[in-house]
Amino acid sequence: MSSTLETPPDTPRRPRASERSSSEPVGRPRGLRRPLLYGVLGLLTLLFVSPLIYMVSTSFKTTSDAASPTPLWIPPEPTSAAFESIIGNEATPVMRWLISSLLAATLQSVLIVATASLAAYALARLEFPGKRTIFAIIIATLFIPPVILLIPNYLIVGRLGWLDTLAAVVVPGAAGAFGVFFLRQFFLGLPRELEEAAFLDGASRWRTFTSIVLPLSRPALVTLAMLSFLTNWNDFLWPVYVLFSPENQTLPAGLSTLQNANAVRYDLLMAGALLASAPVLVLYSAAQRYVVEGVSRAGLKG
Amino acid sequence: MSNTELSPTTAAGVGATSGSAEVRRAERDTARRAEARDAYLLLAPYLVLFLVFVIAPIVFGVWISLHEYDYSLPSKPFIGLDNYSGLLNGSSPFAALFWQSMRATWLFTVLSVPLLLVIPLLVALVMNQRFRGRNLFRALYFAPYVLGVAVVSVLWRYLLDTNIGLVNHYLGLLGLPDNIPWLTQLPWGWASLVGVTVWWTLGFNAVIYLAALQEISADLYEAARVDGAGAWHRFRYVTLPGLRPVLLFVTSVTIIASVNMFGQSFLMTAGGPGTATRTAIYQIADTGLTNFNSGAASAMSMIFSFFLMLVSVVVFFLFRDRDAAGGAQ
Repeated sequence: MSSTLETPPDTPRRPRASERSSSEPVGRPRGLRRPLLYGVLGLLTLLFVSPLIYMVSTSFKTTSDAASPTPLWIPPEPTSAAFESIIGNEATPVMRWLISSLLAATLQSVLIVATASLAAYALARLEFPGKRTIFAIIIATLFIPPVILLIPNYLIVGRLGWLDTLAAVVVPGAAGAFGVFFLRQFFLGLPRELEEAAFLDGASRWRTFTSIVLPLSRPALVTLAMLSFLTNWNDFLWPVYVLFSPENQTLPAGLSTLQNANAVRYDLLMAGALLASAPVLVLYSAAQRYVVEGVSRAGLKG
Repeated sequence: MSNTELSPTTAAGVGATSGSAEVRRAERDTARRAEARDAYLLLAPYLVLFLVFVIAPIVFGVWISLHEYDYSLPSKPFIGLDNYSGLLNGSSPFAALFWQSMRATWLFTVLSVPLLLVIPLLVALVMNQRFRGRNLFRALYFAPYVLGVAVVSVLWRYLLDTNIGLVNHYLGLLGLPDNIPWLTQLPWGWASLVGVTVWWTLGFNAVIYLAALQEISADLYEAARVDGAGAWHRFRYVTLPGLRPVLLFVTSVTIIASVNMFGQSFLMTAGGPGTATRTAIYQIADTGLTNFNSGAASAMSMIFSFFLMLVSVVVFFLFRDRDAAGGAQ
């Protein structure tokens, strides 16, 4: 792995002919026969959509309908009682959890993009004593399993007085080395000439960075922000242990609390799950192209 | 050096050419110092985070693992390698649970990783066909990943409920057993955890595969077809080699994710029946963060990480060898 680090990185990717119109790949091998293709797609879609539909349906059921042994796809007596019951309950403030979760994931990805881009620029473009050592140490930690940090970070966060606060789920997770590594690779691939021209024109280093390097790096910055957001959003272990009071929890920790309190009240659990997922699904349906492409780009880069 | 810096007149006296060289060198030194200062300023915010939440915890973690470190006790005596040897020779009260959790983690990884590598590839191959609304389907299959492990687990716990779950109901309609204890007995517990994990993260790997498939030049397929290669041969000699760049990435990310499985087990089976589906991470968190035995938990983290790094090395060399073999062909 380390040998690949020093080799010149690939230049920033430009869309190739095959990607430009991704909906119409040219000259693909003659594929599956149509009926088979649509059959497979239909089955997959059913597998992915029906659980979500059932979640929506159950969240509008009465408590006894939610526990019906025969599936009720359409609530016989639609009611919003489950929603009222969770939202009105101080022990399960789902909307608050949702806002905290969105806030935590957003703040963390901003923190990561900001600190990593600055550090990566210094490591990619500036010369200074200790550069190689600092970079080597940062990269080495990429190979350290994060579980090593779990117990000590819990104690550190405790000493900082951050337990049960949003800072606990925002700040420590922003210290990972991936962002710095990822952006440094990208910056190294940018043509130096533009920056040098700007520098000769009297632009300060800071200006060169903000008005030349950052705009050119938009795809990489978006990818990193997206991945960071998703990682934080999907993180479960850490928030479950560092956040404990109901009003301070984020969604993952909160849903766990909700489940503990209502083990078989599936109407409440599904209502909670729906409240937790609806806003994200709306956001996602608007931004799905960026999310999906961000992830796939990270794969091609890796 | 100091002479020349003193005054420009000295430099002028020595001679215009070498004088300007000295000035230039001085200027270059200043520029270099400015550059270093800028670099440290740029690095500072990240390095603060890095030192406090990565470097310090690593050092602190080793230190904790060498002590009888109980959060609730005032004294935390140094006990050398006792935390480690206790786990290794079974004398620690946590040893049996820890090794059981290590076996559970291993089992889950072995069961889930092949499925998580193959099924998304099949989905990506389907998605790589030309049809209407492709991006919509792609987004759809990725959606569970966006929902997060908590929503996904809470939802599937309902669908897999033994008595009122959809899964058992429809199995019954198909003439299969309709009373499978998906979440409360083995081996069903593992089947559920693996199945839900596939449902949850299939889209992530599929999207990465799909991007790689679209990078493969259509000319290669044409050439293979002209050479009379059938579908299987085209897959074997065009598609698979074309996926090589992402295969190491997908494999490592998948292994790491499976080895670190926690949320599904915590929410769906609560580690049960008994502690059978408690993974290593689960056990470490339980020991260190619920029972506050940080010393033993840190030692567990170290032992677990040792195995994890061993696996990473194996995966890396496996791929390197295959690459080398591919190059020789």
